[in-house]
Amino acid sequence: MLLGLAWLAPLVSFVAILFFGPRMGPHGRNAAWVATAAIATSLVLSLAALGTWLVAHPVTAPVHDAHAAAVGHDAGHDAGHDAGHDAGHDAVAPSSADHGTHHESHGDHHAGRRPVAYAGDWYTLYHGGALTLSIGWYIDALTVLMFVVVTFIATCIHVYASGYMHDELHDVTDHEVHLSSGGHLHRPGRFSRFFQALSLFCFSMLGIVIAGNLAMVFIFWELVGICSWFLIGFYYERKTASTAANKAFIVNRVGDFGMLIGLMALWGALGTLHFADTTVAGPGDVAITRPGLFSLVRPAASGHALQVPDGMVKFAAADEVALIVVDHAERPHDGVSEIASRIDEWRDMGYGRWLLFIAGVGIFCGCVGKSAQFPLFVWLPDAMEGPTPVSALVHSATMVAAGVYLVGRFYPVLTPDVLLVIAVVGGITLFIAATIALVANDIKRVLAYSTVSQLGYMMLALGVGGWSAGLFHLVTHAFFKSLLFLCSGSVIHACHTNDMRKMGGLAKVMPWTAGTMLVGCLAIIGAGVPFVVGLSGYYSKDAILAQALSYSQANPSWSILYYAVAGGAFLTAFYMFRLWFMTFAGTPRDHHVADHAHESPAVMVAPLAVLAVLAVVAGWTLPGGFGLANLLEQARPAGTEASATGGFLFGTLTVPAEHESHAGAIHFMATMTAFTTAAAGVLLAAVMYLWRIVSPTVVAGIFRPIYTLFASRWYFDEIYHAIFVLPVLGIAHLASGFDRGIIDRIISGVAWTARQMAGIDSWIDRTLVDGLVDATAAATWTAGLELKKLQTGRLRQYVMFIVVGTVAIFVLASMLFRATLAG
Amino acid sequence: MNHFPFVDGMQSAMGAVLAVGLIDSPVSVAHYLVVGAVLFTAGVVCMTVKRNALGVLMGIELVLNGANVNFVAFSSPYLRGEGAVSLGLDGQVIALFVILLAAAEAAVALAITLNFYNNHATVDIDRADDLKG
Repeated sequence: MLLGLAWLAPLVSFVAILFFGPRMGPHGRNAAWVATAAIATSLVLSLAALGTWLVAHPVTAPVHDAHAAAVGHDAGHDAGHDAGHDAGHDAVAPSSADHGTHHESHGDHHAGRRPVAYAGDWYTLYHGGALTLSIGWYIDALTVLMFVVVTFIATCIHVYASGYMHDELHDVTDHEVHLSSGGHLHRPGRFSRFFQALSLFCFSMLGIVIAGNLAMVFIFWELVGICSWFLIGFYYERKTASTAANKAFIVNRVGDFGMLIGLMALWGALGTLHFADTTVAGPGDVAITRPGLFSLVRPAASGHALQVPDGMVKFAAADEVALIVVDHAERPHDGVSEIASRIDEWRDMGYGRWLLFIAGVGIFCGCVGKSAQFPLFVWLPDAMEGPTPVSALVHSATMVAAGVYLVGRFYPVLTPDVLLVIAVVGGITLFIAATIALVANDIKRVLAYSTVSQLGYMMLALGVGGWSAGLFHLVTHAFFKSLLFLCSGSVIHACHTNDMRKMGGLAKVMPWTAGTMLVGCLAIIGAGVPFVVGLSGYYSKDAILAQALSYSQANPSWSILYYAVAGGAFLTAFYMFRLWFMTFAGTPRDHHVADHAHESPAVMVAPLAVLAVLAVVAGWTLPGGFGLANLLEQARPAGTEASATGGFLFGTLTVPAEHESHAGAIHFMATMTAFTTAAAGVLLAAVMYLWRIVSPTVVAGIFRPIYTLFASRWYFDEIYHAIFVLPVLGIAHLASGFDRGIIDRIISGVAWTARQMAGIDSWIDRTLVDGLVDATAAATWTAGLELKKLQTGRLRQYVMFIVVGTVAIFVLASMLFRATLAG
Repeated sequence: MNHFPFVDGMQSAMGAVLAVGLIDSPVSVAHYLVVGAVLFTAGVVCMTVKRNALGVLMGIELVLNGANVNFVAFSSPYLRGEGAVSLGLDGQVIALFVILLAAAEAAVALAITLNFYNNHATVDIDRADDLKG
């Protein structure tokens, strides 16, 4: 319930600012307080929830058996491995069997280990047949952890933004918008709208995190997309900003198309979208348990090993099912039991695995869009058009993390083939993005591509079986990437430019920013003293490298993934320190900028310091076992602590169990690789940018074609423009031409005809109808004129008339009399 | 014949004129009616033709007197032969009334003519065309 309230608090803030924003203080200044208060409340509630969770499920340092015992296969038992390992400490912690919910005093029970999770529904939106759309929750350690992370970073950023956006408190002159009349745009400030959108975004993001079924995920997925659209296009009068916002949303939609296919595959075959089992009241007060996705794909009966669920098998083997039904038409019950008995046989024959593959890849498509993986990463760099707090919150720590989070949440349903696809996509992404970041000159672009690259890391980590490693990196990355973005915002605020070529030597003027940014850079490259201690990134990167190495040893044909990770670490170190040296070290390149630079106000520096501290400590594990990695282990999906073998598309793949990567040899090699690549990257960056021994322009000249490729962002934008945008524009032109030339002509013709008819009618009206009326009047007039002549006024004439009339009357009367007398 | 005497008289007058027997027959009502008719006609013509207002008035008198003669003729029981019904004294009285009314009406007409003369300095009725439409 705590989390439910935490989730809803930003919604309250959104509604409040929506209706009352402009009235909150002068120019809506207090809207920032409302939003910050709401998200801080969420943070407090999340921490309380975390505390409650820890009391109920204490985090331990579970046992690590020194040897990798028999590795389980699909139907196998696990021989007493406890999941999880104290990341960062190589020393084996002695079994602390007196507390914690998982003991290894039994021999072989952990095949059935399930994560501690709570699931339920708050409100059912729609219930028809097998489909239930509801707003519900699925809470485990991962959910609680994500809540804390998201609300914490959001609170820091709300505070930061209340200082950064002070420009919007009064009328703004936007120098990047040129009106057709020649001047710059003047517009009123939009301070409260910014916080309104931020609140809605926090609400939606927390909705994704807490979601208990995929339909709810999808709803909030889209909602997060809309908030991102608004926030990127916050300065919507700038063509670049509004275009970037559209691009972000449309590219996300492309990914969502794949997600819908995945959702359809799941629902069509399995009939449910819930993650966990739901208990409903059946007829007669009997509680019916409807299995959720996790139980269907990894049934407890087979030790939580992944198998194609019954629904998909039946769906794929529909022909055979139909034959059986026809055979047993008069006794359908026999038909049902025969189907049930043959399901395992069909499963072994391979029915339904394509469907499961498609479901997994479909959901992953949504993540490709949202987390800016190859090939849908083109929106993220353009998304830097939004204000820096937006970049820090949405596009480094939370929204793009939603994709990784969904892969992590959906992990039990992903087969080894799907995982390989994920890993390959992640690998490609991390490489491409890292190369583009090497040559970017806009400070925010470097960070944007760095984000894409790190997301590739996370996807690759999840793909090679490192569930805990990938999500651990997600959390640490959230901290140090948002720190880096906020520092860059501070720099931009001071220098009024994003271009690094104009910066330099700012460390003296902005010590706090420089120091915290250095911490961030060290964290991202994974700096630390090997085997002893390190910053947060050290532990997570270490885990990823180890798992990648373990995977490549298990599947030698895919060892390129390991080299991609190692190479990526080298590139990351290089471009991050290139950024730092170009910005803060050496002599200023542009004295105009350097003269005006100043340290940012305290309201902006304070979040930097806080995040820097977290970037350092987030990876540490306290003695006694409390640490992020162990917290994550509590949420490890059932059945994933053993190795899995399977796959039909790419040959047989082995996804090694994660704890194996903590075994001595692998871990040692991984740590050494991480250290050497990072050190080499920093060294090269120092050579080129700090000590200026080798000039970057000379190097660029030597590798001119490659440099151009990287600097043009691998021509992705141009390719997409040619493939997608131009044809659509062409069709649009055709359609508009058709509309104008043909449809408009038809309508004009109809109008012309109507006008002609009107002319005829008016002629009829004027000539005939009016003529008739006029003629009648004229006749009457003429008759009157003629009759007037009787009135001569002459007396004698009147007498004559009288006499003649009287005589006539008499004559007539006598004639009549004579007639009546005679008759 | 027990019809209304006026009708009887009309019929007789028309019949007499058509038969041209009035000259040879003994004097009866018909003869007097013819005289009355002649007077009437003379009066009408006079009314119509005269330009002088006083001439018109004379015509009117003639008309009325013609009617009187008719009345007197109808009142005599001797003119009808034996056993005939007549108006008797009623006829005489009506004739007196008519004379009286003629006198009154002549007075009024003369007053109008006098006023007309005062306004127009003439009694030419052709000048009285103010009602001309």
